[in-house]
Amino acid sequence: MSTIPDDLSYTKEHEWVAGVEDGLTVTVGITAYAAEQLGDVVYVEVHPEVGATVTAGDAIGEVESTKSVSDIFAPVGGEIVEINTAVVETPALVNSDPYGDGWLFRVRVEEQPDDLLSAAEYTALTSGES
Amino acid sequence: MSRSTPLRGVHESLGATLTDFAGWQMPLRYGSESAEHNAVRTAAGLFDLSHMGEIFVVGAQAGEALDHALVGHLSVLAPGRARYTMIVNETGGILDDLIVYRLDEDQYMVVANASNYALVAREIADRVLGYDARVTDRSDEYALVAVQGPRSAEILAPLTDVALDELKYYAIVPGVVAGAPVLIARTGYTGEDGFELFVLNEHAVPLWSALTEAGRDAGLVPAGLSARDTLRLEAGMPLYGNELSAAITPFDAGLGRVVRFDKPGGFVGRAALERVAANETTRRLVGLVARGRRVPRHGYPVTRDGAVVGEVTSGAPSQSLGRPIAMAYVDEDALDKGGLTVDIRGSQEPVDVVELPFYRRSK
Repeated sequence: MSTIPDDLSYTKEHEWVAGVEDGLTVTVGITAYAAEQLGDVVYVEVHPEVGATVTAGDAIGEVESTKSVSDIFAPVGGEIVEINTAVVETPALVNSDPYGDGWLFRVRVEEQPDDLLSAAEYTALTSGES
Repeated sequence: MSRSTPLRGVHESLGATLTDFAGWQMPLRYGSESAEHNAVRTAAGLFDLSHMGEIFVVGAQAGEALDHALVGHLSVLAPGRARYTMIVNETGGILDDLIVYRLDEDQYMVVANASNYALVAREIADRVLGYDARVTDRSDEYALVAVQGPRSAEILAPLTDVALDELKYYAIVPGVVAGAPVLIARTGYTGEDGFELFVLNEHAVPLWSALTEAGRDAGLVPAGLSARDTLRLEAGMPLYGNELSAAITPFDAGLGRVVRFDKPGGFVGRAALERVAANETTRRLVGLVARGRRVPRHGYPVTRDGAVVGEVTSGAPSQSLGRPIAMAYVDEDALDKGGLTVDIRGSQEPVDVVELPFYRRSK
């Protein structure tokens, strides 16, 4: 069973978002559930450069595993302020520590998200899929 | 409605991720598929392949009957030996790739892919009418457990009365393993030494448990279909549905050597295959190694200067090479010119053409 921390927000695309409550800069990653579904992650790319502006819902990168490739979406709009170079170098961090060292990028929020899921809502979503 | 092998409960208790494969619920992976892949390359892996089909052909003319039904020359196969072969349709298209085991003078076992064995059993039965040969599809009775990897023999040896060092590659012998009657074959689909153990369903769970116990200290781990696919890809082995299909002849796939025109008598597909063999092929199955880290996958176009010159049939990140690898059908003239790329989701990624296999075990 994958873990779903209570203090994070989630998207239907199986990303987690941390730091939503202070409304400034959020950190984004892939949930443990998604990492388990993907299998061993071998390649992570976030297309925009640091400093670029993204719109909520944009496909802004991709994550490849042994068996498949999936898009990474921007869950919020704003400026990309940091990309996790460690996860680009060592994509397996997405599997080993999805909510910690496996984070993907940080966004300075300019467009407040209104469709993020709570931990309870995300739990309901994933239990429906599995 | 998905079917289950006798080992499904074992897979679930091991926490496997199950996937539907050809109508069967099969273990995709138990934990990390990369770790499973590496275990097979360096120690050993344990596979449930019970979805494969076992078709028995028995009778005084079983060999001649198979010579007519398949492209290979099976009547000259020595008892106790195995051969890789194919069944084609009248136009030479591949219906399945097979391993045929000659169990004794008048008994053969044809092992077919899960997605095809019902068709293969029907086709063989139709084709051998008039021969003294009886065809029985016993796929529902048999489980198949494989131990693959360099330490396979040392793991299996203490469990069996069979002298494994006398069992050659592509040979089979009946024996007892952990108390169960088993057909022990030295075959596999991983590019490593290893054994495939054909056993009646009722013995599958105790056999799996005994192997798990015997292999613990040697590093044996359960391995799923994901590892099986990357292992066979590194070994340059084709997969039906990817490299092989009814639209492809054995010659198209670079496997013309399995077609034995020199055997006596006709065989289904012969006339069509003689025409194919007489012509130069315009496309060839090749190995590709990506220069970057993005993975060419099944169905992606192979391109050159923006023009499509081929198609990827299988692709995956390679543990052994540390780079993504793929097999692809590519036009001969594009291969001559070089400078190939694969269209990976809109981006033209450079690849190098290499000889197959990507990986060969050290003897």
